Amino acid sequence: MSKILAFVESRENKIKNSGFETASTALKLANDIGAEAEVLLIGSNLSSAASELGAYGIKKVLLAEDAKLEKYSTTAYSKIVAEMVKQRGADIIILSASAMGKDISPRVSAKLEAGLIADCTEIKADGGNITATRPVYAGKAFIEVKVTSPVKIFTLRPNVFKAVKIDGVTAATEKIDIPLNDTDFAVQVKEVVVSNEKLDVTEADVVVSGGRGLKGPENFFLVEDLAKVLGGAAGASRAIVDAGWRPHSDQVGQTGKTVSPSLYIAVGISGAIQHLAGMSSSKCIVAINKDKDAPIFQIADYGIVADALEIMPALTEEFKKVLSN
Amino acid sequence: MKIAVCVSQVPDTTTKVKIGPDGKTIDPAGVTYIINPYDEFAVEAALQLKEKNNGETVVISVGKASNKEAIKKAYAMGIEKGILVISDAEMDSYTVARNLADVLKEINADIVLFGKQSIDYDDMQVGNLTAEMLGIPSISVVVSLSVEGSKVICEREIEGGKEIVEASLPVAISAQRGLNNPRYPNLKGIMAAKSKPIEERQPTYTDNKTEILGMSLPKSKPKGKIVGTDVSAVPELVKLLREEAKVI
Repeated sequence: MSKILAFVESRENKIKNSGFETASTALKLANDIGAEAEVLLIGSNLSSAASELGAYGIKKVLLAEDAKLEKYSTTAYSKIVAEMVKQRGADIIILSASAMGKDISPRVSAKLEAGLIADCTEIKADGGNITATRPVYAGKAFIEVKVTSPVKIFTLRPNVFKAVKIDGVTAATEKIDIPLNDTDFAVQVKEVVVSNEKLDVTEADVVVSGGRGLKGPENFFLVEDLAKVLGGAAGASRAIVDAGWRPHSDQVGQTGKTVSPSLYIAVGISGAIQHLAGMSSSKCIVAINKDKDAPIFQIADYGIVADALEIMPALTEEFKKVLSN
Repeated sequence: MKIAVCVSQVPDTTTKVKIGPDGKTIDPAGVTYIINPYDEFAVEAALQLKEKNNGETVVISVGKASNKEAIKKAYAMGIEKGILVISDAEMDSYTVARNLADVLKEINADIVLFGKQSIDYDDMQVGNLTAEMLGIPSISVVVSLSVEGSKVICEREIEGGKEIVEASLPVAISAQRGLNNPRYPNLKGIMAAKSKPIEERQPTYTDNKTEILGMSLPKSKPKGKIVGTDVSAVPELVKLLREEAKVI
């Protein structure tokens, strides 16, 4: 019988949204193939985080707690994941395709000689066969892939899989002890620097992105204001990142970040193919651009053909009004 | 100091993807191939380290004969030596990493640089896979890098911020956009790169751990609605987002 181990990411003793998505997806897959699903948490002081997982139907949580694990270490975390897979006899490992999950999973793949499918947007179980779908070329195409090794690893694109609450389950916790020595901490985070805008475009449910139609960096506040009103994140086209208006960490597109929020608002962005690749899987797309022939309108669900500078203040006001009612 | 940099050759970002006759990979007809953009940051970082530490540099690529173009680009920028593990087979990230690791085991580089991901399969695996196979530390998505004695200190990008990460040499680093500004090769560099030899090797490992079953294009969307052409369309747009799309 298969056994699934889900590594659920926590930062500062709290489980991230993508962590609940990972736990729920592991549980769903376990139900589909008649397997057990266990969750692994790594860090320090995680008991309250562990108890939260019951609400998502998780019955068993393995806790690797140590003061030294409070700050993320690529080498130590990947060793713990690989060791737990062996100890628990798991043959399917699920992680989030977050910055941490993408960093750990290849090392676990090499340690266990296990195939890894990264950034899955769908996982299907047909009998005992598991296949995954993932975007390639930044979303210009999708491939369906299977793992051919006995142990299989999948990372899940954040914001795609649902975290589903289930009543009446309490998570039992078990402390685990993996001996770690200094060499296991060959890489370690010394400090985490959080940027002012707390929400990253890859994690936000609403993304408002600006492009050259804003005419200058001094107008980018129009994008930030709307993002703030909608509780979302502000992104940018490559054109304005290259022009130095915005940092590259804001860039949405093939050489930037790929996003799939519920609502994507493209402001003064014409929609170069490399930009469309990074955001076309958004559930609802709004375009504001004065050029009616701009490619962004090909994939937009709703559009306003007008100067972004004229529309934005009114749009922000209208959302404010509607959301306060 | 020995510095190795691993590169690949990919379709450029303006490529419109068409699916090839095998139904699993893209149709290469009419596609322009370039060095993977993230690898240019890795090459630049290698050159800066070489200039600062009087080091030697080598570029390694695993793949088809066309990958020679990526090696030549690295040559033109200033890398001294190049190795191509040549194969026409479709290789997954695991297989590419195994072949890289086998070459790197002989080289014993102090720093191995990668682009954070190649923009074709977007796997973001090869850097850390190779590092684990070599038994060395790795830092991925790196936007700043400094070497102090036998240590590296890097900034790596995470959701909504950065991590300051420390590791000891030898180490594998995967470069993110923002690490540096890759230099443009000068004419002399480009001319010299043309005749510079590339060492070719056969793959040492071919046993993929994953198999692609098929490729598909994103579902095409029905044409959207143009709500209006001036500011008077704003209330209607917001209403549609709330009542029709139900996203607000």
